[in-house]
Amino acid sequence: MNNNTHTVIPDKIPFYRDVRFLKVFFQILFLIGIILLAGFLYSNMLNGLRKQNLALDLSFLGSEAGFGISEGIDYDPSDSYLKAFWVGIVNTLKVSIVGILCATIIGFIFGIARLSSNWLIRNIAAVYVETFRNIPLLLQIVFWAALTRALPTVRNSIIISDSIVLNVRGIYLPSFEPGPGFSAWLWYLLAGVILAIIVVLALAVFRHSGQLREPHDTDRPSFISNIIFGAKWAAAPTFLIVAIAGLFLTSEAPFVVNRPVLQGFNYVGGMNLTPEFSALLIGLAVYTSAFIAEVVRSGIQAVVKGQREAARAVGLKESQVLRLIVIPQAIPIIVPPLTSQYLNLAKNSSLATAIGFPELLHIGHTMMNQTGQSIPIFGMVMVSYLIMSLTTSAFMNWYNHRITRIGRSR
Amino acid sequence: MTENENITNDPIIICEDVHKWFDDFHVLKGITTTFKKGERAVICGPSGSGKSTFIRTINRLEEHQRGTIIVDGIELSNDLRNINLIRQEVGMVFQQFNLFPHLTNIKNITLGPIQVRKMSKRAAEEAALALLERMDIADQAYKYPAEISGGQQQRVAIARALAMEPKIMLFDEPTSALDPEMISEVLDVMRELAHSGMTMLVVTHEMGFAREVADRIMFFDEGVVIEEAAPADFFDNPQHERTKLFISQTLQH
Repeated sequence: MNNNTHTVIPDKIPFYRDVRFLKVFFQILFLIGIILLAGFLYSNMLNGLRKQNLALDLSFLGSEAGFGISEGIDYDPSDSYLKAFWVGIVNTLKVSIVGILCATIIGFIFGIARLSSNWLIRNIAAVYVETFRNIPLLLQIVFWAALTRALPTVRNSIIISDSIVLNVRGIYLPSFEPGPGFSAWLWYLLAGVILAIIVVLALAVFRHSGQLREPHDTDRPSFISNIIFGAKWAAAPTFLIVAIAGLFLTSEAPFVVNRPVLQGFNYVGGMNLTPEFSALLIGLAVYTSAFIAEVVRSGIQAVVKGQREAARAVGLKESQVLRLIVIPQAIPIIVPPLTSQYLNLAKNSSLATAIGFPELLHIGHTMMNQTGQSIPIFGMVMVSYLIMSLTTSAFMNWYNHRITRIGRSR
Repeated sequence: MTENENITNDPIIICEDVHKWFDDFHVLKGITTTFKKGERAVICGPSGSGKSTFIRTINRLEEHQRGTIIVDGIELSNDLRNINLIRQEVGMVFQQFNLFPHLTNIKNITLGPIQVRKMSKRAAEEAALALLERMDIADQAYKYPAEISGGQQQRVAIARALAMEPKIMLFDEPTSALDPEMISEVLDVMRELAHSGMTMLVVTHEMGFAREVADRIMFFDEGVVIEEAAPADFFDNPQHERTKLFISQTLQH
């Protein structure tokens, strides 16, 4: 026995000192607290509703909505409330997705421009960012709405190069639509797929037979790996060549450009963006792009100076330094804050309720006014936004995980 | 010290009254010197003396504001074409290695040859593998920089510079960020490179290496070269007070 050891090893720890017990205990205590609080709030809400003679049920969703919606997917006032709600969701999704695309493109351009060595470009970008980042979004949306309403009448429309028309009824853009030769072109696509398969197989057979002649047979690639090799290098080009050739070889045009034309008192054809949609889209895209520009700038600046120096010392040109060294390292830094900006844009689209664009919250409001069912409708609106945001987050997290795995093994 | 049989009489870098300011701070105060093809020069001096800045002006990582620098007959001016040409002739190794973390070691090496020299991928990879073999780290080719030791990273960085087949190699304190036991593996590679006839400008505090390999030691202090001599003279018979102090302090340990 060693008399010098004073370590005490108790064979049993009392539960109130046992770290393992305490960890679980406090979590359970916390959970019980939350359940009690939620239960209290819920019963309180039910009591309040009972006093106002409102039952918490969703049956109203099936009844006739009876109000009109100015734009969106096919809808009639005689449709149900549920259908009206769905129109709102689709409108919100539409403006959010287009807004995110525009904001990303504009944001990247201004973010990179802010780091330009050209004084003028750098400062124009800085003014853009500081202006739009520092004015409240609601104000900007109302401003763009006022601007779209101030556009000239149909007869005095502003026409840009015969294809873009601006007037008080909105913005008209040319659209690409399937033309008379479209079905003929589909046959070319099918031919492209078949030809691509043939080319891939031929390439794989050729490569495989070439490898058979080589003496070492220990690490000879399998036939399947040769097919994958062929698919990787030959499939897309073959298909594209046939598809593009088809565009020119069909006797009738497979696609037509549909330009807006004045017919009677209105422009028809092409793509029409209503004044409300245009104002909201411009407002959201411009405002968010200013934030994205900052995210991009800080991401690029976070790549250490030594990386550029090493790339220059190897002899790369400035454009190559940016494309091959800086951007690939900046993207993983940019993506997480970029995700927050995407979420902000989608949620900020609810401000459109101020200019009368029929998005989710706007239609939710109308439904509440008509039915008085504020709690279930609020719940539905909130859950809808939550689902959209969580889906966006999940996608961006997946993308971030994928790109950070490449190259960053640690 | 071994005599350098590769040194020639052709000048490859000519510096004439080179000045550089960082805002108000006068870092280089008129450096005039010539490096010959095949010469091995070690540049030393206290920190802040301008020695790193000086070699960084030679491939235009730093711009000099007055004087002329001519590298292999090309003058470093604001002409982008000249800058790019010179950067292809001059390889550089950094204190912090500066390997590209998102590329494997072999891709770090083939990047320049493929993108700048327009070499085919296969030829560039073969050359890179040969260089890694020479650096004794061929087995690390397909790993990422973060997966290998500092000494190995610095050797990849040397291979990356050599892959461009430069005429001149600049070393900016190549061993200062390394653990003591890794310094020798990098110095061995540099020694081998020196004996192959490469023109080398080395900023370093490794006085043993300087004594053994250098043809000339330049001592920088406050932006001027206050003493330059062959290693034997420099260490055994320093002229300047500042140099004497520096040598006594660096050789103490």
